[in-house]
Amino acid sequence: MLRVSLREISAALKEGQVTPTELCQRCLSFIKATKFLNAYITIAEETALKQAEESEERYRRGQILGDLDGIPVAVKDNFNTAGIETTCASNMLKGYIPPYNATVVQKLLDQGAVLLGKTNLDEFAMGSGSTDGIFGPVRNPWSYSRQYRDKCVQNSHPEKEDSNWLITGGSSGGSAAAVSSFTCFAALGSDTGGSTRNPAAHCGVVGLKPTYGLISRHGLIPLVNSMDVPGILTRCVDDAAIVLGVLAGHDPKDSTTVQDPFKSFELTCFTDASKLCIGIPKEYHAPGLSSETLALWSKAADLFENAGAKVIEVSLPHTRYSVVCYHVLCTSEVASNMARFDGLEYGHRSSMDKSTEVMYAATRREGFNDVVRGRILSGNYFLLKQNYENYFIKAQKVRRLIAKDFVNVFHSGIDVLLTPTTLSDTIPYVEFIKEDNRTRSAQDDIFTQAANMAGLPAITVPTALSEKGLPVGLQFIGRAFQEQQLLTVAKWFEKQVKFPMIQLQGIMDHGHTDSHHQKSAFFS
Amino acid sequence: MAASILRRCWGSLLAQRCRTGDVPVLHNGQTWRRAQAPGSIASGRRAGNSPAGERGVAPWVAVVGLEIHAQISSNSKLFSGSQVQFAAPPNSLVSFFDASLPGTLPALNRRCVEAAVMTGLALNCRINKKSLFDRKHYFYADLPAGYQITQQRLPVAVNGSLSYSLCVGGKKNQMVTRTVRIKQIQLEQDSGKSLHDDTRSQTLIDLNRAGVGLMEVVMEPDMSSGEEAAAAVRELQLILQTLGSSQAIMAEGQLRVDANVSVHHPGEAYGVRTEVKNINSARFLARAIDYEIQRQIKELENGQTVMNETRAFDYKLGCTIPMRDKEGKQDYRFMPEPNLPPLILYDTKSLPANMNHQQVVNIDWIRERLPDLPSVKRVKLVEQYGILPEHSFALLNEDGLMEFFQNVVRQTQMNPKKVIGWILNDMLCYLKQHNLTVKESPVSSLLLADLLNLLERGAISSSAAKQVFEELWKGEGKTPLQIVKEKKLELIQDQQEFEQICQAVMEGHQEEVMEIKKGNRKVLNKLIGLVQRTTRGRADPVLVKQILEKRLSQ
Repeated sequence: MLRVSLREISAALKEGQVTPTELCQRCLSFIKATKFLNAYITIAEETALKQAEESEERYRRGQILGDLDGIPVAVKDNFNTAGIETTCASNMLKGYIPPYNATVVQKLLDQGAVLLGKTNLDEFAMGSGSTDGIFGPVRNPWSYSRQYRDKCVQNSHPEKEDSNWLITGGSSGGSAAAVSSFTCFAALGSDTGGSTRNPAAHCGVVGLKPTYGLISRHGLIPLVNSMDVPGILTRCVDDAAIVLGVLAGHDPKDSTTVQDPFKSFELTCFTDASKLCIGIPKEYHAPGLSSETLALWSKAADLFENAGAKVIEVSLPHTRYSVVCYHVLCTSEVASNMARFDGLEYGHRSSMDKSTEVMYAATRREGFNDVVRGRILSGNYFLLKQNYENYFIKAQKVRRLIAKDFVNVFHSGIDVLLTPTTLSDTIPYVEFIKEDNRTRSAQDDIFTQAANMAGLPAITVPTALSEKGLPVGLQFIGRAFQEQQLLTVAKWFEKQVKFPMIQLQGIMDHGHTDSHHQKSAFFS
Repeated sequence: MAASILRRCWGSLLAQRCRTGDVPVLHNGQTWRRAQAPGSIASGRRAGNSPAGERGVAPWVAVVGLEIHAQISSNSKLFSGSQVQFAAPPNSLVSFFDASLPGTLPALNRRCVEAAVMTGLALNCRINKKSLFDRKHYFYADLPAGYQITQQRLPVAVNGSLSYSLCVGGKKNQMVTRTVRIKQIQLEQDSGKSLHDDTRSQTLIDLNRAGVGLMEVVMEPDMSSGEEAAAAVRELQLILQTLGSSQAIMAEGQLRVDANVSVHHPGEAYGVRTEVKNINSARFLARAIDYEIQRQIKELENGQTVMNETRAFDYKLGCTIPMRDKEGKQDYRFMPEPNLPPLILYDTKSLPANMNHQQVVNIDWIRERLPDLPSVKRVKLVEQYGILPEHSFALLNEDGLMEFFQNVVRQTQMNPKKVIGWILNDMLCYLKQHNLTVKESPVSSLLLADLLNLLERGAISSSAAKQVFEELWKGEGKTPLQIVKEKKLELIQDQQEFEQICQAVMEGHQEEVMEIKKGNRKVLNKLIGLVQRTTRGRADPVLVKQILEKRLSQ
């Protein structure tokens, strides 16, 4: 039952096939059964059961709050949750219990959603592996899938089986793993340079980064304010649209949200692809792109073309400056945003208190990991008076050029861009940590961060399994505030590719052995 | 929320910065007098005005610029909904944003923008239709976010001017008007307050003030003395109070002034400047600046150099002292505030259809509703009532005094030129003596008008009127007429009674009468005074003089 989509479970709840409490209990016990994935930092069992009970009462009285009533969800641990510890996977905020809910969390709760817990991430969302938080790395559920295990056994050392577990990607790896392993029906991530889409792709789920300004950031502990967007992770495109409908809209507490009212939409299946124009940005044919992913990308383009859509190669010439530009802007805002963590008002405070300055320094050294401290240092360097023009201002100019590339492309008649989400499928943890966080983040965000720089909506859709039996996702980038068009295309694509469901034998309840989830006919 | 943190390295001067509740005491000590000692030069920027020094060197010219922080008078803070209130219990007015809880975002308060626009218009500024917010970074315990949101790159108002007047000349009896250019007005957040407890080596933080809206008014270095700076600040204060954009009470920290001071020889480049902080009254402002000017001159004349530093004014010692201030040298690492879109203002021409002043800030709408500024009010007073310009200044200097004056004039037949004397000499003196505001005066405008009417009608003498005023001041609810009756202060109307009194006085003072008869007319006044004393002011002095003269010549 846990493997169905949000929409399906919502229908089941309405028909009384399952009660919110049953559903919540099942999810909670399954979270415990999959504890080794390390997807959750905090499990809010008590409040979740209480919320489920309240939901049940509403169902009994026939007064449900909305489509999400009684639906178990998870939230990345960088969104404030009133009364529930919010850590950002950092010593700095360990034990910190916020007094308020992030707007997106409040909106979920207002719709009757049941908040199961807070999901794991890289410290302060800085990373692309979900490996660099104080609670340890998140394990990709696909490490334990039959699809992957079968291939592993064929190829190599079964004795190293357990050390071969795979990373989820990041930084919203906990949320991606939670959705992928069926412990919740939807999860919130955050997306600054690809932090929702990257782990979604690696975990075989849908990851949506909405347009900047469409969803409130109030209560999201910031990484880069000018790029951060709450992300949505679900098992299918339809579900993402439902959650988007709940979250989108102006928030007086976030001055960067747009004033225009958001009309939630239901996705229709388009039948006529001939009016569609898909752009293939040639710069995304980047070094390091695996041949497998490249082949899938090109097959996907063919798929659209065969359906009658126009598929055109386009150029986003400033893409190649994106990584370095992102680095400057990201670290600068990080340096600024992290200044508030001084041990005075909240969070960790060092016991070294010879003077205020000593206390600041010790608090920040003890509270932040190397990655965070490194970014603070670089950021402060870029913001120094003598460097500001050469780095920050230049990076801002480049950012504008990158954004303009997209404007030009969309102006030329392109509806949606089709790109890879990641260079390849995911890799084992032992491989991943051979490179440092900075190198990895730069490599792994390469296809995703431009959408953040331009503020555009983008979605990754699980497309096929690689030769190793691991998910590969492709990304669609849409016009600003044209989520409906973007998701409609994504849904059509999702329907065509028939991505196989993860087979988690031994972990899953044994009653359901999947037979209908054969591999995709098209992409096998 | 009161975070207490250990502290060893902050100087005690910093501690004083925040104790705004304290009433400063001026010690008229040696240091101050030394600064005024002859030999140093009273400087004037206009070189021609500057007297040459006794040492015979070229005269020095001082240059003074001001940075003034005016707290915006608004119900809530600049970027949060917390209330703004002076002297509330510590940390009782702190929202999540004010405490910089992670994930909180700023939301700009329209009222603060309007206050800044109003102030900009009143100071003849160009209002920028688009302005930007920036982050200014530094670590300080009362700055929770580690940065202040301000307007460094593109402030809300620029290029204005302020005219102010001051008394000059040896007897300070000549009023001149000068103008200082306003470089810009920027919106920014106030910080919290640190309260240092030296005995326990602790710092207590109060965030009530953190995030309150400030207007920073930057004045160009167009002034040349403490007096000028004080006059300019006083005029600004009046303007802010007239607009209601700030209460601008210096003692409550709503108006804080930093002065940039340098000296040079005419025709040469400006000297190295120092910044003087910690000035919390207009009086200290003038002293601090004048002290600093003299200090710099002395340094330079002694062959020393002036360092580019921040100095604090110590009101107890009456001098400026270098601050152990890392702020002055540090790099603030300015960055655009990413959580606030550009602040867009409209005028009637650019106002989008179906928008009104409730939804957006319309500069023209605000301009049309600006009240009369102090300078305009003064001109009107002089024109309407025929009073002297300095009277008009005095009337505006005291909150409510102008209205009081106008009310009295409206209710009496007395010439306003005579009324002003009563207002400025008697009324204001009493208020000052008893440390009261005009509103708190026990003598209402109606009572004073009644009194002046009695005087004007000739029912009482002016010395009797003063007695009545004194009675009225007791606030016992009696009317002037009642007091006059009770105390029998009416002028003596009965000619015969008058004659008798005069006769009695003359008889009792034969020597004086002889003197007068010998031709010493001055003694007559003494006799008049004696008559007055006998009648306790009830005699019309003109009449007394007539009677005495008549009788003396007999």
